[in-house]
Amino acid sequence: MNNKTTQKDLFLMLAFAAVIFAMPIWLEPIGASYPDLMQKFAIFGIFAIGFNILFGLTGYLSFGHAAFLGIGSYTAVWSFKLLTMNVIPGLIFGTLLAGVFALAIGFICLRRSGIYFSILTLAFAQMSYNLAYSVLTPITNGETALQLTLQDPRILDDAPLSGAGLPSTELFGVSMSGLPGFYFCAVVLIIAFYVSLKIFRSPFGLKLAAIKSNQNRMGYTGFNTRPYLLAAFVISGMYAGLAGTLMAVTDPLAGAERMQWTASGEVVLMTILGGLGTLIGPMIGAGLIKYFENIFSAFNENVLHEIFSFLPEILENLMVFIINPFVGKGWHLTLGALFMVIVIFLPGGIMEGLSRIAKWVRKDRSKPTGDDMGTAKSKPSPGEG
Amino acid sequence: MEAILIQILNGLDKGAAYALIALGLTLAFGTLGIVNFAHGVLFMLGAFCAVSVNKILTISHKIKDESVTLFDAYKEIPYLEIWWGDTGTMIIDYSVPISIIFTIPTMILIGIAMERGLIRFFYKRTHAEQILVTFGLAIVVQEVIKHFFGANPIPMSAPEIVSGSAPVGALFGLSDSMVYPWWRLIYSLFSVIVIGGVFAFLQYTTYGMVVRAGMADRDTVGLLGINIQRRFTIVFALAAVVAGLAGAMYTPIVGPDYHMGMELLVLSFVVVVVGGMGSLPGAVAAGFLLGILESFASMNEVKQIIPGIDQIIIYLVAVVILLVRPRGLMGRKGVMED
Repeated sequence: MNNKTTQKDLFLMLAFAAVIFAMPIWLEPIGASYPDLMQKFAIFGIFAIGFNILFGLTGYLSFGHAAFLGIGSYTAVWSFKLLTMNVIPGLIFGTLLAGVFALAIGFICLRRSGIYFSILTLAFAQMSYNLAYSVLTPITNGETALQLTLQDPRILDDAPLSGAGLPSTELFGVSMSGLPGFYFCAVVLIIAFYVSLKIFRSPFGLKLAAIKSNQNRMGYTGFNTRPYLLAAFVISGMYAGLAGTLMAVTDPLAGAERMQWTASGEVVLMTILGGLGTLIGPMIGAGLIKYFENIFSAFNENVLHEIFSFLPEILENLMVFIINPFVGKGWHLTLGALFMVIVIFLPGGIMEGLSRIAKWVRKDRSKPTGDDMGTAKSKPSPGEG
Repeated sequence: MEAILIQILNGLDKGAAYALIALGLTLAFGTLGIVNFAHGVLFMLGAFCAVSVNKILTISHKIKDESVTLFDAYKEIPYLEIWWGDTGTMIIDYSVPISIIFTIPTMILIGIAMERGLIRFFYKRTHAEQILVTFGLAIVVQEVIKHFFGANPIPMSAPEIVSGSAPVGALFGLSDSMVYPWWRLIYSLFSVIVIGGVFAFLQYTTYGMVVRAGMADRDTVGLLGINIQRRFTIVFALAAVVAGLAGAMYTPIVGPDYHMGMELLVLSFVVVVVGGMGSLPGAVAAGFLLGILESFASMNEVKQIIPGIDQIIIYLVAVVILLVRPRGLMGRKGVMED
């Protein structure tokens, strides 16, 4: 690690923090600057960044990360119910418990690789989901979802005033709803991003990347790969748990559907869309998917008519007719199609697209000496931000 | 004894569905090397073939209901009834079995279109990418179906004559009170016939022999001047037909909705892994085995000992099998073992 990369990373870190904190400003023009949505950006960003540490670096595709998300949420809500509405204990307990579960599940699942690993993680996630729905109802409150009640003990908090409604989550007196909630999530996100950056740049991260490119050879050189994989699995599980607790922080409610395998599929999607194995990619993917989910699903026929009202009427109706199935309730159709297009044409995700454009622009500028391009530089390293 | 028999029967129809889907998955994997996450969607499309046939047969004419005199009432009478009277009613009654005739060519077309249009570009890509792209396809197809048929389950009925229950108890010389729905028995039997047909096709026809040879060593078969690719495409279409038939016949048991296939798919993948990747008998055996195991786990006596076991039994079995015997129950040695 030379001085130059350190400087570059510092710049990247600062830029990332600035962009995240400035979200309320630059999201304003595209109508996404309300706190609920920005909280989601941050939370799913953390989820995707953590997932990327496992899938992006080691190539192990887990289809069960939603289980850790759910565990984090449940733990956090229980902490709000039993201990205090302060978010810090919930955050710590949720992340740690998710880590413990990840350790146990990862220990078993990592005995296999490839598709078997995917199926094993899927099996564990489905087991957690089914149990949370059925026999674990005393802990998870089953279908109704776990939520706060007025009778909760909250032993660390002062007794609430009688007649007061449900308390909201807070950080030393600052309520965690609305904009403060977003800033809290943003701080956590930046810390999470920093940790992920450090992992990518560390010898540990390099070893994970080496496992992805050739696990057998790693074994021949004398590395026992299992502990490294397990560490990566636990770390990404803890990221998922952290995201889960933040979900509970912004909305103290935990339901079992958070653990379903479709939720695991969603995070895979975000990571792929943004760019597998890149630093920023998963964050971009998470942001884009959540943004489009919110904006697109709010569209309906009337809104579409308004948008295309500048066209002649026949064209307007035609456009509405074409686009209507893809928005509103049909948002998942767009998502699925987008997903296919990305996997088929741009397996590296948006980050690959950007770097292709950058390369094309650079090539355009240095046309006469075009032969030095595309040899050594064109190989994308996993650490490329 | 009775309790055991009834649980086995209970498990049969579910096991049959698992086995049929798992068989198709294994065919696709064994021939093309594709991990197809869109296979559940084929099951769902088969079910909606049956729904469409039913819808077409019951296209109705609105006429005034003379029996209501207080106000103007209308009732709908299907054209088939108007034209052919009782024969028409009978055709509508048998819409699910009739839909098989329509399902087979439709599923062949869908299967070929899917293989030629998308899957052939993914032979050389990693399993992860295959999973992801077929997952995306599954979402798209589901949403299209939802757009046309709505999100709610559509109730379908079996023909009148088999809508009751079979006196299974009397057949086996046990108590008369033990009965079992006819249609579920028919479904199990049907699935056995389909599975037998697929195996016979692979075992006893020259075409099937070449396919099996191709599964064992694709390159050598290709070198002998046989267009193995085309045969594999046909086999993929066959897998689609199997899934589609399973879906069409399943409609009277559970009303089809757009995400029925996905739920079954996750389980079927587990079934394939338990049976052994690439092993056809393994997939079938594991399908029935897990179906029956699941129904035993949902007995009250069992649930009292281990609460919640019925929810997780299949996954639990899969975890144990994968850890103890990674190639599955009947997987060949060395195939996908790591």
